[in-house]
Order: sequence, then structure tokens, then C-alpha cells
Amino acid sequence: MARKVKMRIWRGDSKSGDFKDVTVEANEGEVVLDVIHRVQATQISDLAVRWNCKAGKCGSCSMEINGKPRLACMTRMNMYGEDETITVTPLRAFPVIKDLVTDVSFNYKKAMEVPAFEGPEDLKPGEYRMQQVDVERSQEFRKCIECFLCQDTCHVIRDHEENKKSFAGPRFFIRIAELDMHPLDRLRNRKKKAQEEHGLGMCNITKCCTEVCPEHIKITDNAIIPMKERVVDVKYDPVRWLGSKIRKREGIE
Amino acid sequence: MAKETTGIKASDIKFDRYRFDVVVIGAGGAGLRAAVEARQAGLRVAIICKSLFGKAHTVMAEGGAAAAMGNVNENDGWKVHFRDTMRGGKFLNNWRMAELHAKESPDRIWELETWGALFDRTKDGRISQRNFGGHEYPRLAHVGDRTGLELIRTMQQRIVAMQQKDKKEFGDAEKYIKVFAELTITSILKDGNKVSGCYGYWRESGDEVLFESPAVVLATGGIGKSFKITSNSWEGTGDGHALALKAGSALVDMEFVQFHPTGMVWPPSVRGILVTESVRGDGGVLTNNKGERFMFNYIPEVFKDKYADNEAEADRWYKDQNNNRRPPELLPRDEVARAINAEVKAGRGSEHGGVYLDVSKRLPADEIKRRLPSMWHQFKELADVDITEQPMEVGPTCHYVMGGVKVDPDTAAAYGVPGLFAAGEVAGGMHGSNRLGGNSLSDLLVFGRRAGAGAAEYVKGLKGKSPEVSDKEIEKAHDHINNPFDRDGNENPYALQQELQNITQDLVGIIRTESELKESLKKIESIRERSKKVKVEGGKVFNPGFHLAIDLENMLLVSESIARSALEREESRGGHTRDDYPKMDPEWRQYNHLTTWSGKKVEIEAEKAKMLPEELLSLFEMDELKKYFTEKELAKGGK
Repeated sequence: MARKVKMRIWRGDSKSGDFKDVTVEANEGEVVLDVIHRVQATQISDLAVRWNCKAGKCGSCSMEINGKPRLACMTRMNMYGEDETITVTPLRAFPVIKDLVTDVSFNYKKAMEVPAFEGPEDLKPGEYRMQQVDVERSQEFRKCIECFLCQDTCHVIRDHEENKKSFAGPRFFIRIAELDMHPLDRLRNRKKKAQEEHGLGMCNITKCCTEVCPEHIKITDNAIIPMKERVVDVKYDPVRWLGSKIRKREGIE
Repeated sequence: MAKETTGIKASDIKFDRYRFDVVVIGAGGAGLRAAVEARQAGLRVAIICKSLFGKAHTVMAEGGAAAAMGNVNENDGWKVHFRDTMRGGKFLNNWRMAELHAKESPDRIWELETWGALFDRTKDGRISQRNFGGHEYPRLAHVGDRTGLELIRTMQQRIVAMQQKDKKEFGDAEKYIKVFAELTITSILKDGNKVSGCYGYWRESGDEVLFESPAVVLATGGIGKSFKITSNSWEGTGDGHALALKAGSALVDMEFVQFHPTGMVWPPSVRGILVTESVRGDGGVLTNNKGERFMFNYIPEVFKDKYADNEAEADRWYKDQNNNRRPPELLPRDEVARAINAEVKAGRGSEHGGVYLDVSKRLPADEIKRRLPSMWHQFKELADVDITEQPMEVGPTCHYVMGGVKVDPDTAAAYGVPGLFAAGEVAGGMHGSNRLGGNSLSDLLVFGRRAGAGAAEYVKGLKGKSPEVSDKEIEKAHDHINNPFDRDGNENPYALQQELQNITQDLVGIIRTESELKESLKKIESIRERSKKVKVEGGKVFNPGFHLAIDLENMLLVSESIARSALEREESRGGHTRDDYPKMDPEWRQYNHLTTWSGKKVEIEAEKAKMLPEELLSLFEMDELKKYFTEKELAKGGK
């Protein structure tokens, strides 16, 4: 059944902005993005919102709904009370471009800083052999749709612009973990680099990132904590430290 | 009315100017693979994304990439894959494309592993392969039901890896590859008949951009957004199809549009969202409101020897494929979509106008969650349905266009315009009248690579003598972008888009007739007239109303191309079903439809299709060929 809902939509640009109150129709089964599109088609035709697949697979429509980082396409309207005003704002951790659209280029810069997969040199294409149990750990992290909600909610950067330079953020910790756990990746100092170059140590495991992940990736438990533990192992175990110096060059095994 | 030109001189227009060897328009699977190839050939490449990098529609591909690696059933090979592809396309496919595709797909998949892709594995550690409609053996390399995401992420990361290497070597990550995110290309520029570059605008700022480039690869994907019920994202507005037409190239076989049999039907806001064919590949069955497994009633004559006509045999097939025929739920998509359509029409549909797809009685709950994780989430979160316990409601959704830019199979060069290339969904021919599931992801890789190589070879052949961009071309492209701001009128772009979607859905949809197609053409024309009065509100900075006003033109051009081609083809074949000509006619198999644009009118011309050469014809039994070819053709024996 169609009903009228009240929404407060943040409108503005990099310099300033304000809330715009609208009343708009919402139908059974609709998600917040449907209602925003209706506002766009009937009331504010230049309302900026980023979206693509509308099925929770591309991670484009990230925004904050009643203060929580969420995908607008996966947020059902019936989560909210009939009389509740739904407030939508752009991601807080990133600079606003216009309305609900933010500049997320920070994430693409960080992606550039994570060394890529280094496959075995002695195996030709088609010769890779891996067991399902061994690829599953990395596959969990490769489910990431790069919605950057974890980056947005992470308090290390959410209100601390100054930390951005030295902190890659949860999205890239799982990227590093994914490569680290890849059965055939040759680069062996990923955990150390996570600590020394990507700011893993700044994370104090509040699990906010895990809570907002729309793919339900256990970012903290399965990626961050194991990497922290193993970094400690490698750093302070004198035998392993010595071994690492003798055995291999920096980087590749 | 719209002013024809603003009269502004090129020297007064503000735009960013870039020079590249190759510009790839589109950053889905085909575009990224083309860019990798062109970079490997030593060229400077621009990658244009309409959205953010890594968000292209490829991420939504679920089931897998078809490649005859033979990991699960060693009887598989390129010849079997080729045969399946031709059968799926009802032999209208460009046979050379189908041949290249079947031969090269395994290499393209294995290559992805060396770039870090992690496919699901077989027990002996190789890439696992799953069953899919129309494929004789388990053939689809996959990662659960998120294979497209794996493909796009792997290639995105491959491009980053190349940039990292360039940074190390040259101190500049963007020396050879630069990614332009949220940029729309609106014109292909030409010098005489040759490509000289392209022109567009940044979506974020509205600022204009000129790319001077002797080669442009179109990899813009599909056209689904011209239809009301579609699995496609907003980007599928047929940009590349329209750019090619306007640049003077031609589209082939635009009447063939694939309606995927299983889209979500409830709630209304998610109508059309894809339900992967893997549900059926992994054992899911289709039933009507009487509980009947109705697909047994819809096995067409040409497939009778390949599909089981009883439940017992169909069920045995999942365990023993060598001694049983396939379940009819796994017929090619066009057959299943028409069957569902017919059941609903006959009053045997589900509560919300679809049919039931049930996997809950076929697999244990944890196995469903493992094999189909995103389907489980999708239904749980969007429809309150637990697919491990309840059936899904599904119905056809516009999914893919088989028609597209006419290309040279080996180099992906677009017909008639030197320097223009096309790969992926925007290119036509490969899939004939109907695409098999899983053949799209492999198509992107095979022909993306070929387009990158083709463009590189073309650019090198110019020996530095690049075509030049003239002021006049810049002025024209600038006017085109600014037109929607200068108009007098009060048409709303969103409303027009909705009207167009309703017209195509109702009159150019799964089942077509002459009178409805004629009516659609009249209505499309009237929308075109009204679109000239679309007035954009607000400024140029990230303004979706403005973006849509530009895209609408492409959607109109594509919709008209489909309707006109469909009107001409007086038979039913694959993704084109005529209620007034319900039979497939071997006479019609001999013709492809070419669509061109005169500047004022969409024109359709029938072109004789090339006959398969003898060595490929001989892969089929004569009895089967007789169903598709005329006696006269077969008497000549592929000569």
C-alpha cells in the first residue's frame, strides 16, 4: 500500500549545505533508494545520488541513513516507523561533491599502495592447483563490493582527516589479508607492511567496520586480528626474525 | 524548440584536452581486458568509466564464465562448446566469432588466475565448472554466484598492478594507463572517415573533455534500461550502440533481445533483478500454481533428443550426465522465458504474476547458502523469502541484447569506420539470436583482448600519422552536450524515460506482432519529438536530470533500431518471437539485419549471412543441420 513518508535530505556542495524536508510516496517493499528516486523524478530533478545495480552488488549507493552508513538499495523502508522521519546524508568521512555524492578517491589512492598479487613464476596459466578450503579464506574478502562503508564508519579516519595519510582502512586490510592468505602469492612481507606502511596498528578493534559490511565479511575477526597476531609473532620471535633475514630478499620469497 | 547550434567557436569553448593512443569507453569486463591488452602492446590507454572504477554492470554477472577446460567432464572441448553456442543462437551466430570464442575461452580464464582470481575448485585443485542452460557439460568457471565481481575486480587489480609497475619504472603511475571515472562520452570525432578522438563530460562537474586518439574501443555494454522490467543497471542505455550508429558504423541483428527467464517479480520495486540460472544448474525446478513441473511441456522439436521428457531421467542427469538427457529447466533462455510467459498467460502463474522456482527441496540448506550466497541474501533482504525453505517467485526480465556493432571477428574493428572497435555486449554477431548463459563473461575476455590487440595493431599501422580533430567537430560535440540547457520546453526527462520503457516493454517485448511493432514506432517517434523539449533544471555539477536527458537520446535510437529490425524479420527465432510468424524459417537464417543511421532516420537492410565452412559444418549431424538450413545450402556443403 502506498503511504506518505517524511524525509530530510541533505543538499549542498563542498562549501555549504542544508537539509531539505520532503514528503513523498512509498510503496510496499520499497527501499530507501526507490524513494530517493521518486523525489528525483517528481520534486528535485537535479538531486545527486550515486547508484548502479540496485541489488546490493556494486556498492555505489553508500550513504548515511539516520546516521548509519548503509547501502540505500538494501535498506527497506519498512525498517522505519510509519511516522518516523528518515534522514539521509552523504558519507561523513569523505568530501562532499554534491548532495549525497562524495569524493571517494581516497580509496583508489590507497588501492594503489597495496602491492599486487605475485604469482609463482614456475607455473604456467592452467597449471595452478589450489584446494577449495585454502581459497575460501581469501574468497571471503574478495566478496567485498567496495562500498567503502567500512572506511566511512572507521573512527580512525571518520573524524580525523590527519590520519588518512598513514591509514589504509579496513577495506585495504582485507585486501592485504586476502593476498597474504592466497595459497600461491609469493610476496611474503605483507603483514609487516600492513603494520609499518598501512597503519594496521592504529586499528583498536572496535569492530565498527564488521557491523556495517553489507557482505557480512568478518573484517575484524578474520582479517585484522589474525594479521595483528601474526605481525606480533614475526616481529618479536627472535628465531623467526633471524630466519627471515637469512632466508629471503626483501619482498619476494 | 532546440537551437541547432550555440554558434560558439572552438577557441571559446572550455574543455580538458588529453591525447592517448587508444581510448576505451567502458570499464566492464570487455573494456578492462581491452585496456590491458593495448597497454601490453606498449600503447597509452585511457579507460573511461561512466560510473566509479569497478562498478560496471559486469559485477552483476552471477553464474560464471563458460570455457571448455574439461576440468569436470573431460569429454568437453572447444568443438562441443562451439556446437552448443551455435545451437543456442539458432545458427544465426557469426560462426567465426563463435569459433574463436570456443577456442580461446580457456586461456582467458587461466590467465585471470595468474592475475590473482580465485575461482571455486574441483577436488583435485583445478577450477571447478558448473552446469548451465544449453551447455552440454559442466562448463562455467565460477565463484559462488558472484563470478562477475571476481572478473571485474581481478582486471581492475591487474590494471592497478600495471600502473604500480609503471610508477616504479617511470615514476608516473599514469604514464601508460589513466582511468577516468564518472565521465560520459557523447560523441565519436572523425577526420574524414577515420576516428580522430571522442568528446564528453565529467559527470561530477559537467566540465567538457576532449580525447585526441586515433583508436576508440566501444565497450559500453547493453541496452536494458530501454525496457521497464530489466536486470540492467542505469548505465545500460545503449551509449555505444548509439555512438557507433552516429559515427557511421552499423549494428547487426538488433531485433534479438534476451529476456532472462528468471528475474524477481515481488515486491514491485525489485521487479527484474536477476535470479541466477545457477539455481536451475544446481537443481532448482520451475513449477506453476498447480505444482506442475511445466517445462516438460515446452521442449521444442529441435532439442527433443537432448532434453529429458520425464522427471526421473531429468533428476538422474545431475548425477550421471553421460547416460541421461538434461532437465528441460536447462533449455536455452529464450525457450524457458517463453514457457514462463505462456504459463502466466494461461492463468497458471504465481501469486504476483510469475512462476515458482524452488531449490529448497533439492539441496540441503547449508549447501544452498554455500553455492548461492548472494541469491540467499537477495531474497532474504529484499523479499523476506528464505530460499532454503520457500520457493522464489520469478518471471522474465530484459537481460541482454544479442544485436550490436557489426565487427570484424578477428580484430573487433567496427564496420565502416577505421579506428573504431567494439567488444562485449555492445558488439553483435557472437551469440546469434540467443546467448547461452555463461557465454557473456567469456565473450568479454576473448573479444576484449582481441579489441585491444586490434586497436594496437591499427595504431601502429598509422606510423604516427594520426587523424586530426577539427574545430568544427569540437563545436558540434559541445553543442550536443549543452543543448538540453538551452531549450525552451517543459518536458521532464524522467517521465519520458518511463514512457519509453513502457512502450518497449508492452510493444517490443518477448512476444511481438506487426501491428504492435508499428504502433511502437509511432510512439517512439512522438517521444523523440517531445525529447527535444526536455528542459534541464539546475546546474551542470552532478546533475542526474542532465545526464538522463543526454542518455535518453541513445535509448530512443536503440529502441527504434530494435523495433524496426523486429518488424522486418517475419519469423520467430531465439530472442525474437513473432506471434504472427510463430515458426523458425530456414530462409530467414540466411539473413542478418544491418541497422544504420542516416542522420535523420534509422534504416534496416537485410544482408546475406556467411555460410559455415565445411570443417565447422561437419561438426554437426546432417539430421540436425536440416532443422536450420535450407536444402539448397546443405547441398553446397558449406562452400
